[in-house]
Amino acid sequence: MSAPDTALRAGSDPYHIGHAPAAGVPEYTGHGAGGPSPKRIVVGYGFWIFILSDVILFSCFFATYTVLIHARNGGPGPREIFDLHTTAAETACLLLSSFACGMSSLAVARRNLLWAEISLAITGILGLTFIGLEVHEFVGLAARGDGPTRSAFLTSFFALVGCHGVHVSAGLLWLGTMMAQFPAKGFKATIRHRYLCFSLFWHALDIIWIGIFTVVYLIGMTTP
Amino acid sequence: MSSDPREPQGPQEFEEFDLGSHVGEEHLVGAAPTELRHPTLRSELIGYLTGLVLAAALTAASFWALDENVIYGPGIVMALIVFGLAQVGVHLVYFLHLTTSPDNTNNALALAFGVLIVSLIFFGSVWVMFHMNQNMIPTKALLQMRGG
Repeated sequence: MSAPDTALRAGSDPYHIGHAPAAGVPEYTGHGAGGPSPKRIVVGYGFWIFILSDVILFSCFFATYTVLIHARNGGPGPREIFDLHTTAAETACLLLSSFACGMSSLAVARRNLLWAEISLAITGILGLTFIGLEVHEFVGLAARGDGPTRSAFLTSFFALVGCHGVHVSAGLLWLGTMMAQFPAKGFKATIRHRYLCFSLFWHALDIIWIGIFTVVYLIGMTTP
Repeated sequence: MSSDPREPQGPQEFEEFDLGSHVGEEHLVGAAPTELRHPTLRSELIGYLTGLVLAAALTAASFWALDENVIYGPGIVMALIVFGLAQVGVHLVYFLHLTTSPDNTNNALALAFGVLIVSLIFFGSVWVMFHMNQNMIPTKALLQMRGG
């Protein structure tokens, strides 16, 4: 097979409909020249689409919060109920957790079980600390009578931040599953693809949190 | 004819499909840059650490900007939005590795569409509701009209 022929075939299928792998052409080009994309790329792309749809869900909650921030029915506003020290601690937990998750992906890529388990454990402990801080904040508000039923503003606050908390809790459950599956099933391709989706999910939750601490807490504090 | 498809055959067979990360390098169609496929532990670690430091700095900047003595009051919200968006960018590049590499073309396009939809939902809702609030009769006036 001559090279110009290969190049011609690659060019004739610009949208990766898929064709037989060409001899001597490496994979991972993304242009279909080596046949359909590898499973890892396809799985990551599919889960990325899910994450984007989740982000769109969150954008509805963000819009609701921004619209209802003044609808307090005589109840407290952001300045009365938010403690930025808690918010800063939560932010630090989630950022370090995201970093630890990145460390675990380096270990998984190198099939190092010990370091994968250690970094995943750190990821999980930081995530649990985050959830603990959030539950503490919610319980404190509810105890003072500022629960989600107090005003439309508080409903939107609990809905948005609570929805993120539920996502983090689900992520922790997934994290525990991965920590059990690596020793039990080894670094098989299916398990590694599952782990890829988990790490994308965990990093995406941190990105959502950037929006929450910026819009809900910090911009909330500037609102009279 | 050479049997090695990596060997250049003519100018029309080169294609720049990784603008940004490998500007100036020439690749035959189908040839992936080897250093992208086999990153070292050190280079990947440095990438994550860079992301961590940048994200922490931007977070600190956000909390710091809230102090009214630092930034002109009405500009605080805009500063917070800018710091937030910058940090989202840092996370996408250094943690999610959304790059300009060919593997990422579809991911980047999907992200662009997601950003469009999120912008429509968020700014559209805020815009519409703000104007609706302006054009509504205040509840007090409405009650007085009904009572009187």
